[in-house]
Amino acid sequence: MDKQLTQADLGLKTDFPSSIPLPDDDTAPFWEGCKRHEFLIQQCGKCHVFRYPVRPMCPDCGSGEFTWVKSKGTGKIYSYAIPNHPSGNKALQTLVPYNFVLVEMSEGVRVVSNLLDVPTKEIKIGMPVHVVFTEVKPGVVLPHFRRA
Amino acid sequence: MPSQSSRPLRDTTAVVGIGATEFSKAAGRSELRLAAEAIHAAIADAGLGANELDGLVCFDSDVASPIPLVNALALPNIRYWATTSYGGGGACATALLGMMAVATGQANYVACYRSLRTASGRRFGSWSGKEGSAGLEQFFAPFGIVTPVHRRALAVTRYMHDFNIRPEQFGAVAVACRKHANRNPKAVMHNRTLTMEEHLGSRMICEPLRLFDCCLETDGAVAFIVTTAERAKDLKQRPAYILAAAQGAGRQPVWPPPTAIHRTPMTTTHEAAASAKNLYAIAGVEPKDIDCAQLYDHFTPLVLMALEAYGFCGVGEGGAFAEGGRIELGGQLPINTAGGNLSEGYIHGVQLIPEAVRQIRGTSTAQVKDAELTLVCGAADDPSSTLILRR
Repeated sequence: MDKQLTQADLGLKTDFPSSIPLPDDDTAPFWEGCKRHEFLIQQCGKCHVFRYPVRPMCPDCGSGEFTWVKSKGTGKIYSYAIPNHPSGNKALQTLVPYNFVLVEMSEGVRVVSNLLDVPTKEIKIGMPVHVVFTEVKPGVVLPHFRRA
Repeated sequence: MPSQSSRPLRDTTAVVGIGATEFSKAAGRSELRLAAEAIHAAIADAGLGANELDGLVCFDSDVASPIPLVNALALPNIRYWATTSYGGGGACATALLGMMAVATGQANYVACYRSLRTASGRRFGSWSGKEGSAGLEQFFAPFGIVTPVHRRALAVTRYMHDFNIRPEQFGAVAVACRKHANRNPKAVMHNRTLTMEEHLGSRMICEPLRLFDCCLETDGAVAFIVTTAERAKDLKQRPAYILAAAQGAGRQPVWPPPTAIHRTPMTTTHEAAASAKNLYAIAGVEPKDIDCAQLYDHFTPLVLMALEAYGFCGVGEGGAFAEGGRIELGGQLPINTAGGNLSEGYIHGVQLIPEAVRQIRGTSTAQVKDAELTLVCGAADDPSSTLILRR
């Protein structure tokens, strides 16, 4: 796994003013995993289906039993978008254009994130990527992706 | 087909009055005032008195909530009020809440309304830049997905990839709505034409979505009055009978969007498809029977997805269906005949219902000849709602 990145390492602005996730009792283990550079996915204890984002019960079978599984951290771009315009949002004026991506992980779940260090014109569906972890603010670690 | 006894709301209620304020960029008065004006106009249109109105229904997000309106309108006999949730998906759920009230005798005449100042007040497209994100948002907002257009863009990119959908097919929706608005003197965009070239040349807001793929933000209010079919017969206007109304969430719905990230295909037809299934089961009609449709158009691709979800074409065929004038007046299925959210004005899709009523009355500015059935739907990618009006 890569060393933890800081803002200075980033080729993409990711200092969104809303960048602080507010964990609750269900989601806290995921964010704690990010701090350890582990991308954790819930796996249903009954039907063994993986799920993300964090949900209290299995959307397939309804079971509340699950285990946290450490993802291999690899996947492919499933979709992406490029916010080009701040749409009157002062907070976005210095950030656009940026990207956000939907990564289909090897385990099958899809994850919303940002793709670092790839010019927007080069982002393509199917591009292999791997997870990295960025401390966007002191103590706040987000999962981002880089081209594999 | 289910029996009539299992469909107690089928064809037993009607819309008997419609009202609206002007749609503008700056109303210069409060949401409460706008709502009161629209309801007053709808009562007058129905030929009723304020003392006869005994129910109010709105969105849970409406600044003009029911009880302040009781005061503002001096309504002496209100005995029922209710709100519906989940944004534009709830557009037709307003009618459904009114229908259930009048069918059960909890009220005789219910005013359903929506009042907004998204042009001069807080814009839906803006973002407060809040410090932290809780709930489902904690997995989206930290990555810069913070406005409505961002929320749809991932599904749209994948939709284009999966089904070879082209920007011109989004443009076909924008141009059709604008042409209809150009016929409607009350539409915000009445005096502004839109060509395909102008659509394709408009700036990217969130690639792959351009400026003219996004709906307006508008100041204004609309209202409509629901009562029983029996009472409707004796009122001033030709009734627009509500053949059926339904809601649907589908499998693994999510609020707020982006809804579809975990589903395949990653189009947003699931909520709308569930609504459609429930609707047609009650209505006992098929998509081919519908003469025109008012399809919630917050973003042009969502109209293509709604065309698919409501069975007007197959999954992935919405783009091809929208081309060749098929969704314009004179085409196979004219849509959004007053101009829609894209060009008439954005009153959260609730303004689509009064336009459906005008089609049934024969008074639309883009009138479909001999329209017998018109379908309305809320946002296809929200937990959604829909209805069919008949002449």
